Amino acid sequence: MKERPRIQDFDWTLLAIVAAISTIGILEIYSSTHASGMAGMQYKQLMWIGIGIVGMLLISRIDYHTLLDQAPVLYIFGIVSLLVVLVIGLSKLGAKRWIPLFGGFDLQVSEIMKLIIIIVLARYFSDVHTDRLTLQDLGKLALLTLVPVYLILKQPDLGTAMVLVPVALVGAFLAGIEWKHAAIGLLALVIMVPIAWSMRTHLHAYQQQRIETFLHPEQDQRGAGYQILQSEIAVGSGGFWGKGFGKGSQNQLGFVPVRYSDFILAALAEEQGFIGVCVVLLLYLGLILRLVDNAQKAKDKAGMYVVMGVTSILGFHVLVNSAMVIGYMPVTGIPLPLMSYGGSATAFVFLSLGLVMNVRMRRFVN
Amino acid sequence: MAPWTVSDQKIPQGRLALVSYLSVFFVILLLVGFWKLEVVQSDHFADLAQKNQIRTIPIIAPRGAMLDREGRVLVDSYPSFSILLLRDNLKQDAKSFGVIEEGLGITKEDLEDQIEQARSEPKFEPIIIKPVATEADIAFVESHRADLPMLDLMMVQRRRYPHGKMLANAVGYVGEVSQDDIDKYPDRFRPGDIIGKAGLEKEYDQQIEGTDGMRRMVVNSVGKVMRTMDDIDAIPGKPIQLTIDEDLQAVADADFANKEGALVAMDAHTGEVLAMVSRPTFDPNDFAVRISPKEWAQLNSDPETPLLNRAIQAQLAPGSVFKIVMATAMLESKAIPANYTVYCPGQATFYGRVFHCDHAHGEVDLHKGIVASCDVYFYNVGKLLGIDRIAYYATGLGLGQRTGIDLPGEETGLIPSEAWSERVNHHKWYPGSTISVSIGQGAVTATPVQLARMIAAVANGGTLIPPHLLKDATGLKYVSFPLSDDTVRQVTDGMWGVVNEPDGTTAESVKLQDIDFSGKTGTAQTESFELQNKLGHHIKENGWFVGIAPRRNPDIVVAALVQGAGWGSAVAPIVRDVVKAYYDKKAGHFQMPPPPQTAGATPVPPSATVVTPSRSLVASVRNGAQRP
Repeated sequence: MKERPRIQDFDWTLLAIVAAISTIGILEIYSSTHASGMAGMQYKQLMWIGIGIVGMLLISRIDYHTLLDQAPVLYIFGIVSLLVVLVIGLSKLGAKRWIPLFGGFDLQVSEIMKLIIIIVLARYFSDVHTDRLTLQDLGKLALLTLVPVYLILKQPDLGTAMVLVPVALVGAFLAGIEWKHAAIGLLALVIMVPIAWSMRTHLHAYQQQRIETFLHPEQDQRGAGYQILQSEIAVGSGGFWGKGFGKGSQNQLGFVPVRYSDFILAALAEEQGFIGVCVVLLLYLGLILRLVDNAQKAKDKAGMYVVMGVTSILGFHVLVNSAMVIGYMPVTGIPLPLMSYGGSATAFVFLSLGLVMNVRMRRFVN
Repeated sequence: MAPWTVSDQKIPQGRLALVSYLSVFFVILLLVGFWKLEVVQSDHFADLAQKNQIRTIPIIAPRGAMLDREGRVLVDSYPSFSILLLRDNLKQDAKSFGVIEEGLGITKEDLEDQIEQARSEPKFEPIIIKPVATEADIAFVESHRADLPMLDLMMVQRRRYPHGKMLANAVGYVGEVSQDDIDKYPDRFRPGDIIGKAGLEKEYDQQIEGTDGMRRMVVNSVGKVMRTMDDIDAIPGKPIQLTIDEDLQAVADADFANKEGALVAMDAHTGEVLAMVSRPTFDPNDFAVRISPKEWAQLNSDPETPLLNRAIQAQLAPGSVFKIVMATAMLESKAIPANYTVYCPGQATFYGRVFHCDHAHGEVDLHKGIVASCDVYFYNVGKLLGIDRIAYYATGLGLGQRTGIDLPGEETGLIPSEAWSERVNHHKWYPGSTISVSIGQGAVTATPVQLARMIAAVANGGTLIPPHLLKDATGLKYVSFPLSDDTVRQVTDGMWGVVNEPDGTTAESVKLQDIDFSGKTGTAQTESFELQNKLGHHIKENGWFVGIAPRRNPDIVVAALVQGAGWGSAVAPIVRDVVKAYYDKKAGHFQMPPPPQTAGATPVPPSATVVTPSRSLVASVRNGAQRP
């Protein structure tokens, strides 16, 4: 048994996959923006990755048990931050999501909430001393999750709000949800969807439209349906081998919406073809499987829940983003981890990986 | 160690493995989705991607010219430039507007108005701030390329009518295609296309329109042109040759000057229209550029209806010209002996009503009846023939029906009959009405082109010639309504007398040396005697003259109408001049008459337009422009 966690115990395989995905992302950001007014974006993304790596190292130093000890404090901090952003937050594109920081950087608070929910729910599941979750346990779980979900929905940011839910669902599954509860939950979901549908008028106009558009994209080719259609055209026209780096007309001429960020997979699919998509999706699969492997090897349940919290968020991102690009999901603004351009999102991925490293480093430590 | 970590630490390996399998399943699902788009449907999406980035703009094909029968240009097209304003940096460019307004001679209001109107259009689409650029305008734009980059030139093809108002009603005009037309022929028309709207421009639109080419450009998602691709050149429209003789047309035009009315001159063997006049008229050049809605509305309500082609659309009482039909009916039907005579005391009473004549003609036979145009003679002929027999011959000679001339909007005129009375008036025909019809009054109406064809048919033994303006017209129908030689001889001798005998209605004033010029005058009242008496003043009648030469199997027939001329004999000189010009040309010594002082001026400036004259406008002309 070793006495101290060592950097050599980082998951270097996992980091190699992360490096590969990040490199592909940087290249595609370059390809998408080099001929436009946004040229040079790849350097900014590199900088964010650098900041993320530093954050990853820092967060891996603090024993995750210490972090879990502070879960109630972190939770309250997170909720207050979300309330603050609703009151004094910075509005961009009709949503209040940012708190201005020093040096001209704006912090997207909901990204921090993602980290916090991982820690809080890991702590919560560890506290449940049994393998059978009671209805009361599930009620508490729902409350813990839905308060931040509601606050993020108010920003409004449907995408990020949704991202918190799988942490609770996967956690509940691992903690041993009873089949009948799962069945009831599923049933409730089936009933809730039409109710939620009838309540959709309470959503923001742009969210309603996104759902409308998702269901009937052909009716609105110049408006919101335009994005989905253009993304599909980009993907479909890429063909098996792709049009070549920097040669996708949909991408280069700007038909793909936010081609360097949310729709970067469409840009890649056009230029690198089905082959390129295979490589990327298999890398993501590798990432997920490697994360699950880390969970399996965790020293305790707390560590496992932390890793699986990270896994469920990243997996959800990949699934929803890829499905959106090919028109299987509505446009919700969920980026593709490590590839989409974006400071807060990239930083979150590395910080969450820091949590994973944290758990891994300490699996032999007593 | 915190107390919450001491519980059972067994990791649920099975459930974690399940999560792994689920991940594999989802990735496979996603790959299937990508496969469907990128492999199964890749051709479809490649096609859409192509359409996305390629914008085609038409290269307008010039319309084919219209030439006269000798190949002289009546209508053509010319390349012209429109001045465009690019609106990419409108706010920034606003400070240059003063220079632009001054340089191009447009007002500040006009420019601001146009920018305001185009506000909702996509920004990358430039607006046309001056549809027709002058040489100075082009020079201005070219010399300011560097400091006024927001200005650009666009080549367009414009219609040019070098003779302006001459032949305008026959030629018609062009204009932007209507939404109705686009809906009807979506493959042929695109919004903004210039098509023939009236006259020959409309009738032969397909022959002369040509095929537009296209310029293909790669554009980005906001429509900015990145580079141009191959051009497909436009195929210019084919020119068409008309039967019009520019010289005869000019002679007729000059004679008409400011008069109101119409003229049709035809080759009496073939039906080729040699000249066609309609007054008042308009300048089709006014429509070739841009016409404001206000101008349109104005023209719509113009009581002078300059857009009406009176040669084929004015349905008016033919007056005494109709006596030729009566004479033909009398001789052909043999219901009345050819040597039938009547004593004319200057008026006669039928069915208890007094009908007037111009003079007391005394003893009148058929020849004198035609030559002196004795109403009393033909009142009696009409009474003896009855309305249906008159209608039979009038219809046989082509009245009351379209001649089939190759112009849109031809009217039918009207030949009343007993059946017509019952159908339209819902009462039996009053025999008294036959008396009015006998001298071309009452319900009977005809267009100038119908009367020209009718007279030609009587003179050539009963062949109805097909009036047409296209030199190479095909499928022309010559309708036969055989007349006996004796009938032709007697009636045409009468028409010769009108021109050449001392007691003819033209009193020898239009006699032509060495030319067998004949014809018939007509003076049609536009109101009844009763109304004239009630109004207490005389209303000027419409004057007609239909002339032929030579009198039998004629070469040329000319029908002329001058509204408000007062007397048919006042119209005869116009016809004479056209006939004389025709023979002068044949003899090779034609000389253009000196232009009259008033040439080119029209009583009412053409200020607006209607594509097809409305029913009420047609009706107002048919009823003979009822003026107070």
